Amino acid sequence: MITIENLSKKYGSQIVLNIGELSIPTGQSFGLVGNNGAGKTTLFSLLLDLIQPTTGHIINNDVQVNTSEEWKPFTSSFIDETFLIGYLTPEEYFYFIGDLRGQNKADVDALLSEYQDFFHGEILGQKKYLRDLSKGNQKKAGIVASFIGNPKVVILDEPFANLDPTTQIRLKQIIKELAEKKDVTVLVSSHDLIHVTEVCERIVVLNKGEVVKDIQTSTETLKELEVFFAG
Amino acid sequence: MFKQFTSLQWKSFFRSSNLGKSLGIKILMGFFGVYMLVSLAGLGAGMYFILRKIFPDQSPMWSISQYFIYWVLIELFLRYFMQKLPVMDIKPFLTTPVKKSTIAHYILGRSAASIYNLLTLFFIIPFAIVLLFNSYPGLNVLLWVVAVMAIVLCINYLNLLINKNEKALIGIASILIIGYGLDYFGIFSIKELLAPVFHALYAYPITVLIPIVLAFGIYYINYKFLKDKIYLDAKLKSKKVEANTSDLAWTKRFGEMGSFLQLDLKMIWRNKRTKSQVFISLLFVFYGLIFYTVDVYSSMVPMKAFVGIFMTGIFLSNFGQFIPAWDSSYYSMMMSQNIPMRKYLESKVILISVSVVFMFLLTIPYVYFGWEALAINFGCALYNLGVNIPVILYFGSFNKKRIELDQSPFGNMQGTSATQFLIMLPVLVVPIILFSIFYYVFNIQVAVIVLSVLGVIGFAMKNYLLNLITEQYKRKKYGMIAGFKEKAS
Repeated sequence: MITIENLSKKYGSQIVLNIGELSIPTGQSFGLVGNNGAGKTTLFSLLLDLIQPTTGHIINNDVQVNTSEEWKPFTSSFIDETFLIGYLTPEEYFYFIGDLRGQNKADVDALLSEYQDFFHGEILGQKKYLRDLSKGNQKKAGIVASFIGNPKVVILDEPFANLDPTTQIRLKQIIKELAEKKDVTVLVSSHDLIHVTEVCERIVVLNKGEVVKDIQTSTETLKELEVFFAG
Repeated sequence: MFKQFTSLQWKSFFRSSNLGKSLGIKILMGFFGVYMLVSLAGLGAGMYFILRKIFPDQSPMWSISQYFIYWVLIELFLRYFMQKLPVMDIKPFLTTPVKKSTIAHYILGRSAASIYNLLTLFFIIPFAIVLLFNSYPGLNVLLWVVAVMAIVLCINYLNLLINKNEKALIGIASILIIGYGLDYFGIFSIKELLAPVFHALYAYPITVLIPIVLAFGIYYINYKFLKDKIYLDAKLKSKKVEANTSDLAWTKRFGEMGSFLQLDLKMIWRNKRTKSQVFISLLFVFYGLIFYTVDVYSSMVPMKAFVGIFMTGIFLSNFGQFIPAWDSSYYSMMMSQNIPMRKYLESKVILISVSVVFMFLLTIPYVYFGWEALAINFGCALYNLGVNIPVILYFGSFNKKRIELDQSPFGNMQGTSATQFLIMLPVLVVPIILFSIFYYVFNIQVAVIVLSVLGVIGFAMKNYLLNLITEQYKRKKYGMIAGFKEKAS
């Protein structure tokens, strides 16, 4: 259960995020959509305590994010390529993350073997450093790394961008499977309305930092969103 | 076309975000630059008299010809590290109607105007002027200067051909060392062998053509080479190194810190900037020789404390001052991961401590200059371990500037801010002042003991200090994350 209360973030006089109240029950797959500058990444950064809220706070499974660090063991995320360590090979990166999350090599290997399809033979055993991989392949590595260590909350910012069609379809499958587990909460943001409506049970639309729509996904959702964004 | 390229280059320099920021550092660097040039020119002007004094029975021109080959080799060696290959952003031009030959000529032409080529001018012209005043024949001197400049250009383009080939570097270094060794032990004198060759450039003005033709030849080879490589997937693409995985299993012995230690070691080894820093640090072992061999310094004991702190702490200050900016490109990941900040810092402490001990072991041969040299270095190493490590980590928490790891460290001011200059104060100046006070009031033994005791006290309080520093890093976290995100600052 993630609860957001009176959360706002201001830069100077500009309010980039202002959410009165929002709660995400455990196990929900939560989609966040909005145009550029709507505050999606700001919200995710606040969830990860990478920036400080101007007012209010977020409570992630009984832990207040900006005062305690206890949320870290059960929360994992992939925001962008800056989450990768360029001079490591993908394997080394996975093992490093595994180390941080108390997983030994065998655990990590077992997890990775589930994602052979997703990697499409382009990640493991390539003798390449992460910095030398293509953007799409970097993303694949980052996304899978966020699944290491049985996290209870997974936060993915724009996971579909830069991926090829095959990988997008596989990623949708992966996120759906993840969401089916009762105790894993998945938070995904995207510009692609079709993808989000397919994988998320609930979709929240941000516009200029405010929640303007909060929808339980149904067959009409895509239409509704398209109408909204068409302006 | 050339004009447009030049104007683009100009804009890219003046509009880079690098330049807009931190005026103070720029002024300081400018000051250092001018100081360097002035001292270089001064050295050039004085060289005539210096050579006169060292080798009274031969013409300075002959002396300089003798050492010419060493200068060529040393310059090749240094340039390998210092000179950046001249790449401009060619990508946008590939699809425009610009001839590839024009691009190639421009890239090569621009490297001729490199600052490293100008440095030699600053040395050679004052030297030539002094020669003229000492009634050396004008034409010969003038053409000799031209010949030297041609040789400089040869070196310049040769360096481009070598193109960061480590084997060539090792070749140059071994020729240099073996040649000097043979000379030194009087087995075979390369300098005597080649002195007439270089002296001929002065004695027979017509020979100026040889280096000029050589320079054009090397330029042409470069041009041929470059022109065929102006494709996205050839020359322009940065080299991809095949990853060599190593699991460094022994780091596991350090428990939780092991994974960070492993990460740091990989970072140092796999990135250009950190890797060169290790080599530079190693070279600084010889720094003390200046102070121990030159008579002027032999009576200035505090200077020896300075080199002691410096030599054993070179990696400490070079690497330590940029903690945690080394991890800047992925700092937000580190901060959202399940990372105990204290373990992260502790692993840095271990790494730096090992470097201090290692550097101290390397300085042991200074015992040749007397036991007190060893004692001073030992005291300094202890002080570095106990006091300077916490100090530098504490100041590290003020770092907010991003570092791109793949860039060369020379003249690279990335990550540098006022913090870096402030750090030098406590790290270098404080111990030297302490040492001087106790040395002049009491004696050298007391001074060494004071430094050692301070080091031991710091070491004993390590846990307490580290806790304080950890808190400080937690407080500064948001500023660091925001600062590290700003690219190229």
